[in-house]
Amino acid sequence: MAEAKAPAYDESSLLGRTLNWIDARFPLTVLWNSQVAEYYAPKNFNFWYFFGSLALLVLVIQILTGIFLTMHYKPDALLAFASVEYIMREVPWGWLIRYMHSTGASAFFVVVYLHMFRAMLYGSYRKPRELTWIFGCLIFLCLMAEGFFGYLLPWGQMSYWGAQVIVNLFGAIPIVGEDLAIWIRGDYVVSDSTLNRFFAMHVIAVPLVLLGLVAAHLIALHETGSNNPDGVEIKKLKDARGIPLDAIPFHPYYTVKDIFGVMVFLLVFAIIMFFAPEMGGYFLEYNNFIPADPLKTPAHIAPVWYFTPYYSVLRATTDNIMWVMAIGTAVLAIMTMLRLRSSSLRIATAVAALVVIVGYFTLDAKVWGVVFMGVSVMVFFALPWLDQSPVKSIRYRGPIYRTALALFVVSFIILGYLGVLAPTAGRTLVAQICMLVYFGFFFLMPWYSRWDSYRPEPERVTK
Amino acid sequence: MSGRLFTRSFSHSIVAPLAMLVVAFALAAPSKAAETGPALDPANADVGNVASLQSGARTFVNYCLSCHGAGLVRYNTLLELGLTDTQVQDNLIFTGEKIGEYMRTAMPARDAKEWFGVAPPDLSVIARSRGADWLYTYLRGFYRDPATITGWNNTVYPNVAMPHVLWKLQGERVRKEAPVMRDGKEVDDGHGGVLKSVTFETVRPGTQSVAEYDRTVRDLVNFLVWIGEPAVEKRKQLGVFVLIALGILIALSYLLYKEYWKDVH
Repeated sequence: MAEAKAPAYDESSLLGRTLNWIDARFPLTVLWNSQVAEYYAPKNFNFWYFFGSLALLVLVIQILTGIFLTMHYKPDALLAFASVEYIMREVPWGWLIRYMHSTGASAFFVVVYLHMFRAMLYGSYRKPRELTWIFGCLIFLCLMAEGFFGYLLPWGQMSYWGAQVIVNLFGAIPIVGEDLAIWIRGDYVVSDSTLNRFFAMHVIAVPLVLLGLVAAHLIALHETGSNNPDGVEIKKLKDARGIPLDAIPFHPYYTVKDIFGVMVFLLVFAIIMFFAPEMGGYFLEYNNFIPADPLKTPAHIAPVWYFTPYYSVLRATTDNIMWVMAIGTAVLAIMTMLRLRSSSLRIATAVAALVVIVGYFTLDAKVWGVVFMGVSVMVFFALPWLDQSPVKSIRYRGPIYRTALALFVVSFIILGYLGVLAPTAGRTLVAQICMLVYFGFFFLMPWYSRWDSYRPEPERVTK
Repeated sequence: MSGRLFTRSFSHSIVAPLAMLVVAFALAAPSKAAETGPALDPANADVGNVASLQSGARTFVNYCLSCHGAGLVRYNTLLELGLTDTQVQDNLIFTGEKIGEYMRTAMPARDAKEWFGVAPPDLSVIARSRGADWLYTYLRGFYRDPATITGWNNTVYPNVAMPHVLWKLQGERVRKEAPVMRDGKEVDDGHGGVLKSVTFETVRPGTQSVAEYDRTVRDLVNFLVWIGEPAVEKRKQLGVFVLIALGILIALSYLLYKEYWKDVH
């Protein structure tokens, strides 16, 4: 047993006695202090630092509203569509709960995309915060899974055919693909059994993993301490008590600041939820008000907006782009080989590149579309190691990285926009160019981030 | 680590990305003819207009409900239109159903499929998938066409299986095509044909004038919009209060934030 410590609170008051009683049995005060009241954060957080706490808020909104939706929703192909409308019409305040959940789904992605962009602006993923970043990327994957599984549940036409298209992608995997797709669906087409298992994944499996990852994300963050807009390590300079000179306690300073951020966010959220819950067909697609019909394929199937950048990458991968991808892969392999010292690693790189390039022309472009779509999501994991700049923050980086990041954001937005539209020849070409920019941003980063000029970081944070 | 120091400003970092944005959207712009479809007339639906909703409800139960259901809507939802139980029971329920029951159609889906080739869709949320303007234009867009099975065709939904149920009100129209003349010459339509203007001619007038019929359809569409989301007015009213409350909370939390932060330098 640990040595008994002197009680921290005044024994003469009931509150003090209660806290002492708890602290003797559970490290409540220790946790509160280490994670909140004496968690020292840089004092120069700006606008971009609101989105972490907002993501946590949206997670809570989604879980709470999700619980109440589950009380009335029926995961049954014959009943699902009507049960959602039952919630909208007959469950007291059901429409409010449902719109909170549907608006929350899109809000989650808005907030998380901005949160990720913040990390890219200020190099928050860089050493020593690689694990915080990786847990964050895993959260992002879970979120995409939540979005995908959840979107089937209203059982509208877009729910049904969106799921059909995405599950069919697994069918593109050579040899095992078809069986894998059947295993995922539990049937030869998306059906009642698919709906049931997607429901299980959406309300139990993925949220459990998600909560664990959020805890890991925060524990890792609080171990290293937060980054800041200057990208300098505040722990290098400490005062006599061992507290970083540029730090302030998270509570009360950032708790009150985040409360203000939450209120502004809720205002925007409420404007959408109460006055434009469909958001012009982007948050709730019009076709999803038609019940799922396995015999009637809609002319145009578009995923919800937050998946469209990756969906565009999938569609942009056609036979005629494989030459460009082959040249890109070859150039990348040669550049990598020039950097490698060990000759066995060079040979391995050359062989791997050769196999991939041969694969580009032997396997169906559809297979590579799926691969590239997967890569466009997974490549975020590699950022801490792709980035070779001597400085973290955009404030001290040179014009090359700034241009590259801006080009990436633009191509991400264009890909997202094209993903909701039906493809035309012109659009496919634009999507292909954007896809090359997208991949170029990541895979050329080890070189351009090194070549780029920079300004020396200051000792202390500015402003 | 390599890398040079720099002192220049780099506002030009944004030039290339912006140029890319402009070019991409120019290339990707929707091609008008391909995607926008036929022009739709504005329905100007107003779910706050109870008289219009009552009129729409009457048209709906008289003309639509015999083939289409609104199976997610209970008859007692109509009480929200300022009607009493008896009024609804006497004027809007023809099938002997109770007021708490769903507005189902009397026509079995199997028969409907045999007669029309397709079961008429449920109309509970039709306004949310089609949009009010589409419904308004569609219901005013029927014309006589001997080439179809029902003898009717539609401007926004070509070869639709549905006959013109409201024909007694609107009357019968036929489609007339005439080549467009410019400087006394025919104009090429860009697809190897001749550009034609389409007009509709009433060959047998209905019981309503054009203006009256537009109003009937507008009320009906208004009703469809309303049953698509009966909580819509409540939603917007509540929204105003929530925004006011949040406005106050924003002000208070901002003052709290500034109060705490005044000693952070």
